[in-house]
Amino acid sequence: MSKQSARQILVLSGGLSPERDVSLRSGRRVADALRSARPDWEVTEADVDAGLLPYLAEYRPDCVVPLLHGAAGEDGALRDVLETLDIPFVGSPASASRLAFDKPVASSLVSATGVAVPEFVVLPQSTFRELGAPAVMKAVSGRIGFPLVVKPTRGGSALGVSIVREERDLPAAMVSAFSYGETAMIQRFIEGTELAIGVIDTGEGPQALPAVEIVPETGMYDYHARYTAGATEFFCPARLNNDVASAVSDVALTAHSALGLSDLSRTDVIVDADGTVWFLEVNVAPGMTETSLLPQAISAAGLAVGDVIASFIN
Amino acid sequence: MSIEGSRLDPWVDSYAGRARSLSGSAIRALFAVASRPEVVSLAGGMPYVQALSMDQMADIAAKVIRERGAQALQYGSGQGDVRLREQILEITAEVGVLAHPDDIIVTTGSQMALDLVTRTFCDPGDVVLVESPSYVGALGVFRAYECDVIHVAMDDDGLIPAVLQETIDSVRAAGKRIKLIYTIPSFHNPAGVTQSPERRQEILRIGQESGIAILEDDPYGLLGFEGAPPRALRADDSEGVIYLGSFSKTIASGLRVGWAVAPHGVREKLVLAAEAATLCPSNYAQLTISEYLATQPWREQIKSFQEVYRERRDALLESLQAMMPAGTRWTIPAGGFYSWVTLPAGLDATAMLPRAIAELVAYVPGTGFYVDGQGSANMRLSYCYPDPDRIREGVRRLASVVETELEIARTFGTASGTEVPGTGESATPGPDLA
Repeated sequence: MSKQSARQILVLSGGLSPERDVSLRSGRRVADALRSARPDWEVTEADVDAGLLPYLAEYRPDCVVPLLHGAAGEDGALRDVLETLDIPFVGSPASASRLAFDKPVASSLVSATGVAVPEFVVLPQSTFRELGAPAVMKAVSGRIGFPLVVKPTRGGSALGVSIVREERDLPAAMVSAFSYGETAMIQRFIEGTELAIGVIDTGEGPQALPAVEIVPETGMYDYHARYTAGATEFFCPARLNNDVASAVSDVALTAHSALGLSDLSRTDVIVDADGTVWFLEVNVAPGMTETSLLPQAISAAGLAVGDVIASFIN
Repeated sequence: MSIEGSRLDPWVDSYAGRARSLSGSAIRALFAVASRPEVVSLAGGMPYVQALSMDQMADIAAKVIRERGAQALQYGSGQGDVRLREQILEITAEVGVLAHPDDIIVTTGSQMALDLVTRTFCDPGDVVLVESPSYVGALGVFRAYECDVIHVAMDDDGLIPAVLQETIDSVRAAGKRIKLIYTIPSFHNPAGVTQSPERRQEILRIGQESGIAILEDDPYGLLGFEGAPPRALRADDSEGVIYLGSFSKTIASGLRVGWAVAPHGVREKLVLAAEAATLCPSNYAQLTISEYLATQPWREQIKSFQEVYRERRDALLESLQAMMPAGTRWTIPAGGFYSWVTLPAGLDATAMLPRAIAELVAYVPGTGFYVDGQGSANMRLSYCYPDPDRIREGVRRLASVVETELEIARTFGTASGTEVPGTGESATPGPDLA
């Protein structure tokens, strides 16, 4: 394909991660929004496979919009490749993506800025095998206390995540987390209001979007609750008093800057009964599907997804 | 624009109660990866249509349009094209089913026939007895009509008559009304087993004595690897059995043509129900099938399919034998597409699927073939689509995944029956995997 005079934008989605389906939906939605916002641009969609590099070499897009969720898309690997090829892309650089994608690393860096982070322990599967799982689980749960959350250190969409309320359920939760990766994070569970805060930077510095309050029907914002219309109730702006709303925005902006993120991010937090804002994680390629949180926040801010993505490209 | 208590779907309170079970799941999403070429998919039940001569199929399709276009592109009979119904009888004769063309209704795949029969027989709460495990697509239909589905045990000879009788007695003692006995007697999906002739007679007797209609689903009957095709239940009982057949496995699933052979009264109802649902099956697809049957050596083509699938079955079984860890068991299919694998104690096939996908091999976890949470230790492996070398590579990857899971299970002492979070959901695959 020869290069045309119109600006060439390539939306990358799919990949081989467990979030492939979500990514494909995000990609289609963003590509459509971009075509609508900028009909003068040529917007193409592509999967990430062995044909990508030859395609990039020939096609040389003016900008890539990476919407791959999970490993390769968010861990910085693909962005490293794009940087190597000197192809501009929307979103955070590879180095920052690596930090953000690793939940314990991101939590530690954000915690160092003074933001509250629920206590956590990070253990690879080999530790349980070498030291004996019962003893390790007893020690960890003794320190963290129940209820606790077990999750893979890398990955999204709540895949492999369990809330554990009793000791007897902990082994199965560990097995579930290890199905998605070699290392698990065991973290204190915070009861409270679950929120997601988008941060965008359209050229005038990072700005926090209105927080989205998440009220899942079943009480847990799991995969079903995330991607089934009707399974979760959303409020945007969240039902928070001004002080808490401001604190929530500050945490998202702090996380965005502490990790060196660019263009867009989505930070997930919980506000407990005392009004403390607890940082959970940050996403460099947040979902953009019909039920995703960032598009809701963009809409609540009076903006359009296509215009926002176009401004990043510009 | 603020969002106040939005659930992102303005109709969420308007849906019927039965629609609440229609939702995505993490497991279903994982299957999206299975379509990538890097992944060896032992999940899908897709027939190997590449074995057909595409030039001949193109000629047939062109001929249908050129010579019978006005009919092919028009509405047709709700019961289906009469010439095709006559031809279907040549096929059903192979499994001993003799009938009149008027006893046949052509449907959009036998899946539609399943829907029509269930809609005709079952009120919400009526009981349907199914094998344990059973075809995921049938379970979906029964659930959609709010049936009470009860599994009945099988062994290597298929549905166990004594257990069927006990189940009927106990369900009736509980005051429930049983409407259908649903069975796949030949080369079962997903179990891979086949009912013995003796079992078939016993099951027929139980159906007759209990006054319960038998719904016989036979899409794989002609795809046996040894000897003559098994004699259908319907061959020995034209009044008590509704027989479902399909061209999906013997010609082309993409044409979506199946059929039901039903007793007169039932057939009348099915035709009316079909007309209400779709007016008529696709004339174009019917005429294409009809032309294929009239002009092509379809018996030879079926033999060719049998050879392809037998070679792949052998590759699967030999690989399982050579590579799977001790404690793994599997059925040995004498035809059809599937083997049913039981993992070593303590392993959960649904929980294991993310690791398998990461290792680029896919299967369907066993829980999708039950309505009651059974099947966590099982998986269905399909050998119909990948070639033998890919099957061997897939089993090699799968064996490695099982070894890793065994190590984790040993580490955490997750004994058999332990519920793993996230696996309570249905592992129901999409239509290309069913």
